[in-house]
Amino acid sequence: MAKDLSTGYEPMTSVDAITAGLEGVGYISTKQISTAVFLAHGLRKPILIEGPAGVGKTDLAASLSRWLDLPLLRLQCYEGLDEGKALYEWKYGKQLLYTQILKEKLNEVIGDAGSLESSLGKLSSFEDLFFSEQFLESRPLLTAMKQEVGSILLIDEIDKSDEEFEAFLLEVLSDYQVTVPEIGTIAANVPPLVILTSNNVRELGDALKRRCLHLHIGFPDHARERRIVRARVEGLEESLLDQMVSFVQSVRDVDIKKRPSIAETVDWAKTLLLLHATALDETFVRDTLNVLLKHESDIAVIGPEVPKMLREAAAQKPGNRTASGYPNLG
Amino acid sequence: MERPLTNFIRALRSSDVRVSTGEALDAAHTLKLIGYADRSMLKDSLACVLAKSPEEKVTFDELFELYFSRQETASNAEQDQTDSSDNDSSETDASNLVDLMESGDESAISLALEKAAEAAGVDNIRFSTQVAYYAQQMVKQMGGEALQARLLEALQQGGPDGDAEAQRLIDVRRDVTLKARDRAEKAFQVFGTGETQQFRDDYAAEKKLSAIDRSDMERMKRLIAKIAKRLAVKHSRRKRRRNRGQLDVRRTMRANAGFDGVPFNVVWRQKRKDKPKIVVICDVSGSVAQYVRFLLLLLWSMKDVVPDMHAFAFSFRLGSVDEVLEQNDFETAMAKILREYGMGSTSYGQAWSDLKINHEQIIDRRTTLLVLGDARSNYGDPRMDLFREFAARAKRVIWLNPEGPGLWGTGDSVIPRYAPFCAQVTHVSTLKDLERAVDEILSAYN
Repeated sequence: MAKDLSTGYEPMTSVDAITAGLEGVGYISTKQISTAVFLAHGLRKPILIEGPAGVGKTDLAASLSRWLDLPLLRLQCYEGLDEGKALYEWKYGKQLLYTQILKEKLNEVIGDAGSLESSLGKLSSFEDLFFSEQFLESRPLLTAMKQEVGSILLIDEIDKSDEEFEAFLLEVLSDYQVTVPEIGTIAANVPPLVILTSNNVRELGDALKRRCLHLHIGFPDHARERRIVRARVEGLEESLLDQMVSFVQSVRDVDIKKRPSIAETVDWAKTLLLLHATALDETFVRDTLNVLLKHESDIAVIGPEVPKMLREAAAQKPGNRTASGYPNLG
Repeated sequence: MERPLTNFIRALRSSDVRVSTGEALDAAHTLKLIGYADRSMLKDSLACVLAKSPEEKVTFDELFELYFSRQETASNAEQDQTDSSDNDSSETDASNLVDLMESGDESAISLALEKAAEAAGVDNIRFSTQVAYYAQQMVKQMGGEALQARLLEALQQGGPDGDAEAQRLIDVRRDVTLKARDRAEKAFQVFGTGETQQFRDDYAAEKKLSAIDRSDMERMKRLIAKIAKRLAVKHSRRKRRRNRGQLDVRRTMRANAGFDGVPFNVVWRQKRKDKPKIVVICDVSGSVAQYVRFLLLLLWSMKDVVPDMHAFAFSFRLGSVDEVLEQNDFETAMAKILREYGMGSTSYGQAWSDLKINHEQIIDRRTTLLVLGDARSNYGDPRMDLFREFAARAKRVIWLNPEGPGLWGTGDSVIPRYAPFCAQVTHVSTLKDLERAVDEILSAYN
């Protein structure tokens, strides 16, 4: 596997370099996340990221691609996704069209051949005409293998795909090569950095898990969430930022259907900015609660608690909270 | 430095974290990349490579702290030792041991302990009962026998000098033994706890459900959660089987519209499998109540896989308990159910007629009707007509009977009369039986 590594992955020299690099493009990483990325590069293994929706699983791939300036190839999984959509497909239409156009030319070529046999011989000298790369429609997986300096391959929501597809991925992920029967095996010169994400709709197979590094991204703690919001939303006052992050953190401690994730916090921060809020007050929070909570029943649970939570959030000193949910993020 | 890693992986495996050989190799590569220098980074990296689910991560964290804290003291001590002394202490004699213990040099002592532990093979410990044995072996390795001999000598010698000497030796022996015990205890926590738990779990799973007492409830709950998860993983896979040979004309035409109707991609008809639907009817009279508790707990833990699940309880009158189960935590719900339905004298006939009148529409052709009861109906009318009707409506009827087959049909038991309408009548007495029964029910939907 000792291949030339002078590739697009060069900036990933250490865990700290990765943290700094990601921060440069607006992704606030943690030690766990950076370590996983570093290992993925070092061991040349895919990373399987699990965690609640909206904590930045997909965004990690996008940010890596931005930072390293490598193409991002995204494969969104869904039920019924098959090889044709993920790997490659023959351009049937184009093949058909070409046969039609070339019909006459073919007649010319074959025309002077006397017998059926000799015309067959002449034709077979063009055998790879229709099954060549020219007629190959490459889909994300194949495209990723063909990149010269590497790429970020994001296989999003792998848990939504069928089990057969998961099994099919094994070849691609362990050898970084793809077999097209008509052409042969296409191996990646520089393997892509693969990131798989899962929301745990179904339990993934052991075989796939064994081939991947496993990273769990949970809800962020106060300090990290604050930094994320600040990186994403400009012009929010510090005191308001503290207050709203504390409030969101305490909402997460309540047992509700869907706990707000970073994406919702950022949306809420944008809402507050748009409405020129300077401090959180009760009616204001109630009016905008639907940005944070996505279920009617959740709003009904949190609504009456708002005054109490706001008082607590105001009393809260930033930094002495830890993230709820596993694992603890440093 | 590979040894600590292989041992750590062994410890993980004994605690139910599955680590494959490939993953072990990855871990070795990881060490090469990261090194031992930064402890928290080492932990994060190994967690990535070795623990692949939230549960495994929890176990990993615990073991990492336990294991590598020990490792650290050992390696620190080793460094100190190589600087200061050069004596080979594999055959420490008594005076060396006494000197060592009285010197109070913690790092030297822990190094000696580590060496003795290795020689005694303490890391092979499996059960808590072995702690004393291994501790003794360690003391022996450190020169315990020589110490013992000198102690005897001192005692025989007698006199104030001899007594003082003996007392000194006794103190040393006690210290060494205590330290060795600690070390063996720790080894047990790392390597043995998992296996012991496994052993107890296996035992509990084979134990008769009616014989399980309060003290075992927590273990049973954990076990049931584990079983539910296992079954859920097995049965949550959506299975679609292709009916090869039957062309789906409509979808084929649509798929190939782009190719001028030339059918390049052929679409076969697919058969969608039914989603499981379970209606469970529980006899909650005294003799069966304990079984109901476990069956309901197991089924209710699988709500995610089988959302379409309804439970009824009866002894005399029958009623739905879905709401009670949903709104309360399990123990409270169970107590409420027993209070409400558990009192009457058992009548299966009455139960069937209540079911027919109030809830008949709940049984349809994809329903598995699951009955848990001993079919002892106090000589009342078993209402075969109604039971036959339910059996015809439902996909199938499964009867779980906590009584052994030897008792079927004795006294007021009417199970032989119900049996012909059931796809299966099974005797359940242990957790394993329950698991098998539920597994079987869900398999029928694949």
